[in-house]
Amino acid sequence: MDLNTITAVERPTSREALRVWRDGDAFLAGGTWLFSEPQPKLTRLIDLSTLNWEPLRATGNGLEIAATCTIAQLDGFAAPPGWIAAPLIGQCCRAFLASFKIWNVATVGGNIVMSLPAGPMISLTCALDGELLIWGPDGRERRVAVVDFVKGPVSNDLKSGEIVRAIHLPLAALTRRTAFRQISLQSHGRSGALLIGTRDAGGAFMLTVTASTPKPYQFRFDALPGADELTARTDTTIANNWFDDIHGLPAWRRAMTLQFAREILAELGGGAA
Amino acid sequence: MSVTVNGKPFDDQPAPGQCLRTFLRQLGHFGVKKGCDAGDCGACTVYLDGEPVHSCLVPAFRAEGREVTTIEGLAQGGALHPMQQAFLDAQGYQCGFCTAGMIMTAAALNQEQKADLGRALKGNLCRCTGYRAVEDAIAGRRDTEDARPGRGVGHNVPAPAGPDVVTGRARFTLDVAIDGLHHIKLLRSPHAHARIRAIDKSAALAVPGVVAVLTHEDAPATLYSSARHETRDTDPDDTRVLDDVMRFIGQRVAAVVATSEAAAEEGCRKLVVDYEILPAVFDPETAMQPGAPRLHDKGPQARIANASRNLVAEMHGATGDVAQGFTAADAIHEGTYFVPRVQHAHLETLCAIAWIDESGRLNVRSSTQVPFLTRLELAHVFGLDRDKVRVFCERVGGGFGAKQEMLTEDIAALAALKTGKPVKLEFTREEQFVGATTRHPMKVTVKIGARRDGALTAIEMHVVSNTGAYGNHGMPVLEHACSEAVSVYRCPNKKIDGYAVYTNTVAAGAFRGYGLPQTGFAVESAIDEVARMIGMDALEFRRCNVVRKGEPMIGLHEAPDDVIYGSYGLDQCLDLVQAALMRGDGDEAPPGWSVGEGTALTMIDTVPPGGHYSDTYIWLEADGTYNMTIGTAEFGNGTSTVHRQIAASVLNASPLAIAFTQSDTDHGGHDTGAYGSTGTVVAGRATQRAAEALRDKLLDFAATQSGVDRAQCKLAGDAVDCGGKTIALGELFRIAEAFVVDLSAHGTTNGIPRSVAFNVHGFRVAVNTTTGEVKIIKSVQAADAGTVINPMQCRAQIEGGVAQALGAAMFEEVVVDTEGRVTNPSFRHYRIPAFADVPHTEVLFARTSDELGPFGAKSMSESPYNPVAPALANAIRAATGVRFYRLPLKPDRIHAGITAAG
Ligand SMILES: Cc1cc2nc3c(=O)[nH]c(=O)nc-3n(C[C@H](O)[C@H](O)[C@H](O)COP(=O)(O)OP(=O)(O)OC[C@H]3O[C@@H](n4cnc5c(N)ncnc54)[C@H](O)[C@@H]3O)c2cc1C
Ligand code: FES
Ligand code: FES
Repeated sequence: MDLNTITAVERPTSREALRVWRDGDAFLAGGTWLFSEPQPKLTRLIDLSTLNWEPLRATGNGLEIAATCTIAQLDGFAAPPGWIAAPLIGQCCRAFLASFKIWNVATVGGNIVMSLPAGPMISLTCALDGELLIWGPDGRERRVAVVDFVKGPVSNDLKSGEIVRAIHLPLAALTRRTAFRQISLQSHGRSGALLIGTRDAGGAFMLTVTASTPKPYQFRFDALPGADELTARTDTTIANNWFDDIHGLPAWRRAMTLQFAREILAELGGGAA
Repeated sequence: MSVTVNGKPFDDQPAPGQCLRTFLRQLGHFGVKKGCDAGDCGACTVYLDGEPVHSCLVPAFRAEGREVTTIEGLAQGGALHPMQQAFLDAQGYQCGFCTAGMIMTAAALNQEQKADLGRALKGNLCRCTGYRAVEDAIAGRRDTEDARPGRGVGHNVPAPAGPDVVTGRARFTLDVAIDGLHHIKLLRSPHAHARIRAIDKSAALAVPGVVAVLTHEDAPATLYSSARHETRDTDPDDTRVLDDVMRFIGQRVAAVVATSEAAAEEGCRKLVVDYEILPAVFDPETAMQPGAPRLHDKGPQARIANASRNLVAEMHGATGDVAQGFTAADAIHEGTYFVPRVQHAHLETLCAIAWIDESGRLNVRSSTQVPFLTRLELAHVFGLDRDKVRVFCERVGGGFGAKQEMLTEDIAALAALKTGKPVKLEFTREEQFVGATTRHPMKVTVKIGARRDGALTAIEMHVVSNTGAYGNHGMPVLEHACSEAVSVYRCPNKKIDGYAVYTNTVAAGAFRGYGLPQTGFAVESAIDEVARMIGMDALEFRRCNVVRKGEPMIGLHEAPDDVIYGSYGLDQCLDLVQAALMRGDGDEAPPGWSVGEGTALTMIDTVPPGGHYSDTYIWLEADGTYNMTIGTAEFGNGTSTVHRQIAASVLNASPLAIAFTQSDTDHGGHDTGAYGSTGTVVAGRATQRAAEALRDKLLDFAATQSGVDRAQCKLAGDAVDCGGKTIALGELFRIAEAFVVDLSAHGTTNGIPRSVAFNVHGFRVAVNTTTGEVKIIKSVQAADAGTVINPMQCRAQIEGGVAQALGAAMFEEVVVDTEGRVTNPSFRHYRIPAFADVPHTEVLFARTSDELGPFGAKSMSESPYNPVAPALANAIRAATGVRFYRLPLKPDRIHAGITAAG
């Protein structure tokens, strides 16, 4: 929709030109959220697309995803053969309520910064031990794990003027076995629960719970836990902090989470589901 | 900035925060539609450098130097794009508002995407079709027939507007460029109940571009109802154009008129309103109690049943003795059922453009189902002579009852009258949820008793309807709710009590089914339970108890005298659904899921009570073709196709030889409106009569001219055949002109008497009892539509009705919080069915022919909605053993129900 309070747009082409942040500004990535709601408090947009960051870079250390990488670009990524976790990328892209047309513009960074419980890029990057590179307005940089970055619905660790530059997925995570479960109230709807399990060559198991909780939760085990152990720890840690909105009742989200936890464990070779 | 649109260069500067959608429309590309302005519906789909995007989300400045393709540019070199042709051949649309975006998306799909349309089309919402016709189009199936003389009634004649719809040329309400157009934005109340002490307009008026701020001080004192009915006293006079009392969050406080939408919005933000907060009430049963906050302090002239108890209407009816009936019963089921608020979600939001023409007359171009009634009420409210008001519509982007309401025209008229400027008011999608209307939420307690042999002994029903802050449609919806759902059953003892209650929430209004979906959900669920209790198959139980032709129909009262059995096909519908379910076809249930079947029926009067009028004028043109004006509006219901077919049949002409214009008060005559499923049965009758009168005139004149006996003369396409000698109609026209003989005719109807129509729905579902997910593996609806004038369109109406009802049955709910605020006012959070949500429905027709409708036709646009939710609930009951008393039947609720039942 038209954002009628916007009076100016900056289109920086260098990092230096980015340091203009003031109140009423918003960084514009894909714009798929910014332009989908009235933004009466905003007066200026700072377009990140003109920085022309390379969307994806696969290195010996893993995958570097620019914040401005679109969902479509990420979905199209052809992973090196050894990266057996790569199918998660497509699974998470498909967990968007948004259609392929939105994928053409929406960005990975935008999804993480939105910090919605049903943010599938949060699920993906958490499950793969993703770390954000954040640029401060003063030129400083810092790194933070995605799982620590997201604090709750539309709430995160980003301070005003800070910008997410990239997300790094370490090689170790990309070579893990994975299992994925997602459910929503409608076919292809907004996620009510999205769980990802990973298991590395050494046998370590990790469960990432998203969408059913206001923020991501992660459970790490050196070896496969028993099913009851897993669900008990999940349930007690989350401690009734189940997300409640029109896309799913808390009791249902809890039941789906515990059910999926068992299924994932079984799929990755653990106790009976 | 420079941008190429459809191959043509443009040089224009968008506003910094402008989106591409409005920029493209500003450049004249009206094929780019707005269904949501938030990325959810896909109506605004265009290509940016060949890639499909939702243009409402794309900042316009990003189009700089790039190439944009809109629906207007899809056809290359005069030939339609194959996807446009496919949508034409399959008639993959109804109102056509979603169609540009649908075609743009479909045309961009690769083979892999086409193989999974549920996923590929999840960003394209269509509220009319139920997607089957869309699927046919994409699969390249053809459902339309070529138009030929004699191929009128009974044929799949394509909709006349098709070529315009698929190319984006069809003009919907706002698809016009008007010089000097001003924009209206509404400030809406943040309080559920408050009195305005003062409004400080000064800062708003100082905003550059703002030309007026209108408040209750500027509005006429006349009270009216936003609901439109043939007789205006059907609804209470409880509404002002702008009031000084706010009765719900979202009520309009003031209107700002400005040279741009941006300025009007800024003006709204700058208004300072001093409110005196009043106590509010949100629950209708609390609102009925003595001492509850009172919403309307109005006298008897407002026609509110009991204003001090917040009762807009109250009704009671009984026959026999229910206490005795329950004593005689072997089984009794009693349950309290609840149907929540749902919204119509027509893709074209409410909108209107108003201006004063050179003669000083008020013109309103509006997205309405009722132009004639709106004109009358505007004249009444503003104290104008009715000749000083014109209301009309061209193509309307869906209605479903929502546009049987005057919610934009009044403000637009006020603004035009006060400023003298042409003005536009366009609701946002959010305003559709917070400031338009919804279905009436109803709490229905029903108690049904039966003997073991299958005979009903008593039916008792207690209905509390929440009409919201205003009483528009409150009384007649309640009355309808208390009628056919019960009167379809023969039972000696019945008692019905109904209350329609004001609360401080967004007003309810007319919505497809008009009360019957609510009580039908309760009654048909209860019938299913009673059948289980006496160990009888539910269809068999219904068969034992439904009214048969000629029997009295007793609901709240014995059916009024003007309702007769013009035909009766309920027995056939029951048989058809039973046979279809027994066939055992449909999808496989996923392994491990529980399977169950359920059915429900509904009866509906074919025309609303109290008279329903329509006029058609038809005449011969100089070139030997026909032209007519019809009163009824087209909003996807397909009636314009039907009118052409009727005239073509009567005149033995090709449907293509019949031109028409419609829904304009300037055409003269009267039309009650396109509501109550009347576009075919009432207005179609007027067209039939007009065509018959014209046929007689033509034949009489041709007989005199040719000297051939009148009995030997017949119409044959573009000529009259007088005993073997043909006179071309063009020739006949010239002769008539020379003799000053008038070759035009008029037909009119009043909608009395009325008939009844029936629908029966059957589902087989599979339920995952772990997750609560439901998969419909078989869906069938049998309809008693009388003679089916256009089988393709009638089927599509039914499919669309089923899809809309499934949305309400499965997940739609407008959630109002404890302070009266709508918490999910967007398609992101108020999900309507997308392609993947809607199963195929087998549509079957009873073979009947009605005494009353044109060519034996009956209405079939509202009723397909009505049996869907209870049939689904009954199927889920069969699969899970759990009875669900509340819609919608979402997986989380089903899961909760199964868990609670242990
Ligand atoms: C139809 C539809 C369906 C959707 N479905 C989902 C869904 O299922 N799940 C979900 O989570 N979301 C969903 N969204 C919301 C949103 O579109 C997505 O989260 C999307 O990924 C946001 O990315 P963007 O690039 O478009 O963000 P933008 O709209 O450009 O920005 C979003 C916010 O993040 C900030 N931002 C963006 N990039 C950066 C950065 N690099 N550094 C700092 N701040 C930044 C912006 O300032 C803004 O506040 C949906 C949206 C639509 C329209
Ligand atoms: S108007 Fe753009 S997606 Fe609905
Ligand atoms: S035809 Fe799709 S919305 Fe009306």
